[in-house]
Amino acid sequence: MTSPTDERPTDERSAGRPVPARRADDRPVLAARDVTVHFPTKGGAVHALDGVSLALHRGRTHAVVGESGSGKSTLARTLALVQQPTAGTVELHGAPVEAARRRRQRREFAATVQLVLQDPFSSLNPLHPVRYLLSRPLLLHRPKMPAEQLETEMLQLLERVALVPARRFLDARPHELSGGQRQRVAIARALAVRPDVILGDELISMLDVSLRLEVLNLLATLRDEEGLAMLYITHDIATARYFADEITVLYAGEVVETGSGEDVTQTPAHPYTRLLVESSPDPSPESLAAGPGGDGERPRADAVAAEPPDLISPPSGCRFHPRCPLARPRCAEASPPSVEVDDGHRARCWALTDDEQYQRGSAA
Amino acid sequence: MTATTPATAPATTAQPRRFRLRLTRNRKARAGLLILAVYAFVAIFGPTLVTHLLGQSPTAFTGQVLAPPSAEHWLGTNQDGVDVFAQLIWGTRSSLLVGLIAASTSTVLSVLVGLVGGYYGGVLDQVLGAVTNVFLVLPGLPLVIVLAGYLQGRGGSIAVAIVIGVTGWAWGARSKRIQTVSLRNRDFVTNAKLMGERDARVMGAEILPNLLPVISSTLMLAVVTSILAVSGLEFLGIGDVNTVSWGSMLRQAQERQALFSGAWWWFVPPGAAITLLGAAAGLVNFGVDEITNPRLRVPRAPRVKGGRA
Repeated sequence: MTSPTDERPTDERSAGRPVPARRADDRPVLAARDVTVHFPTKGGAVHALDGVSLALHRGRTHAVVGESGSGKSTLARTLALVQQPTAGTVELHGAPVEAARRRRQRREFAATVQLVLQDPFSSLNPLHPVRYLLSRPLLLHRPKMPAEQLETEMLQLLERVALVPARRFLDARPHELSGGQRQRVAIARALAVRPDVILGDELISMLDVSLRLEVLNLLATLRDEEGLAMLYITHDIATARYFADEITVLYAGEVVETGSGEDVTQTPAHPYTRLLVESSPDPSPESLAAGPGGDGERPRADAVAAEPPDLISPPSGCRFHPRCPLARPRCAEASPPSVEVDDGHRARCWALTDDEQYQRGSAA
Repeated sequence: MTATTPATAPATTAQPRRFRLRLTRNRKARAGLLILAVYAFVAIFGPTLVTHLLGQSPTAFTGQVLAPPSAEHWLGTNQDGVDVFAQLIWGTRSSLLVGLIAASTSTVLSVLVGLVGGYYGGVLDQVLGAVTNVFLVLPGLPLVIVLAGYLQGRGGSIAVAIVIGVTGWAWGARSKRIQTVSLRNRDFVTNAKLMGERDARVMGAEILPNLLPVISSTLMLAVVTSILAVSGLEFLGIGDVNTVSWGSMLRQAQERQALFSGAWWWFVPPGAAITLLGAAAGLVNFGVDEITNPRLRVPRAPRVKGGRA
């Protein structure tokens, strides 16, 4: 070891799942505060994100769920500083970070926050062997590492993502690996810098269904053993429920609901979340016709089959109202406030403020 | 590109998959490389061997004029009574040298301009693009003829080669720029930048290896077109008149009307030498293409298939 800081205390890894209950003083590792991202185009600005806040805590997974175009990937890219927010800030350990334009800043930020991209087929350079892919982050962040230690570290990384026997994978090239193996190489590469935060953008959506659980379990293990904060972006609320401690639901660039994974999936408060939960994995009219078996306000299939929202001129008021089964005149006029449904469980829907019956239904 | 393989080599069971080794395993590339190796051998050792073993010289009068091929003169003699085989061997050396210098000049220029412009974009890209366009619309051959005529006494065939290289990089720069632009936003490039890699390293280690098929195809093409250009210039009598080359052999054969005297052994060998070299370059090109683009490759052993839906 070149310096004592090179190793994390080993007792931390074997400590089992250190999931603290949400405490008031639990400072987030990485957070977005009122982040707005608009992309200027010829037809006007595309509202990719509007006033989104989100916090990632040590040893916990925060899932961001939403359909295509809801801004989830933009959120991940903003948190990774790939995308500069139009407004709002990204905070690392409570301090706002500026856009990392310089290489040194990027490298320092990357030592804490690592983005793992959706497609393991394009995130690994097809011409480099795994050895090279893993050695780069190690050498970039600890340039003086001797060759034998580099070798050992790379083998350990591969073992941590369950690519064994590690030596055989070291000299493989990406095209010789399966999708799941590639994604694990990408995860190993992210782990190489010993980050505090892993941002996973649709980590498993390009993988065979049979491999998804394997990768999710791997991530859960890493999170628990190393106390990583994890952002898990997905369009599939079912895996979010399985994997995440907290869930934030995005619709058309806005947060519509946020809360613990249990609350959001068991007692969804927002009609959009309800549709997602009921129709998981895909919101088809058939599954909606079966209905929630609830309070008489059954979602109408035709309301849901509507077009996805236009992000250049988003719907007025609540952005979900053109598709909402509960839409009322007020929904088109003003944006609903954020209502605390339960402890730490918030949603933005007029029905929550107006409608006693709806509230009871959601809390049931 | 040598930097892509770290120096540490542990004792592993996995085969080292270096570019060089795979190049010799590809049949097309192997055939092309074999021909190129013969050319290189002839260019390097040929003249010495011909002088000492056969006792022939590319300029000396042999006493026989327009003699057909024989045991003594393998490719006969020309109208000046000079051994054609000796000329062909000497010509290989000068033609290859000029071709390689011209091709490397134009390839290096085109990679630099294309890679830097495509990677950085913006004003730099526009300036480099404008320069590229200027070189594209310059009438190449007249410019080469003028410059070569001017440089003739000053640097001989090397100067001519550099002129050919400097006037011929523009198309290559365009294709490399386009490739770079398409690679610049690929996830693995984003990832390298996010990790804090230097721009030079992102360009050199992430993008450049992916440009290899384009580079090799233009390099091989450039070698052949340069040799053709130089031969053409010499055929026109513009190149270095004192060098024996394939082009000057063809010029002499044309001037002395070898075709009418039926002296096929005078003009067929240099023509065939150029043609065969072109074929070899093409074969290597195909091979490199298959190696650097795994999708073109036919898998040999069963391997784990990717899970892309």
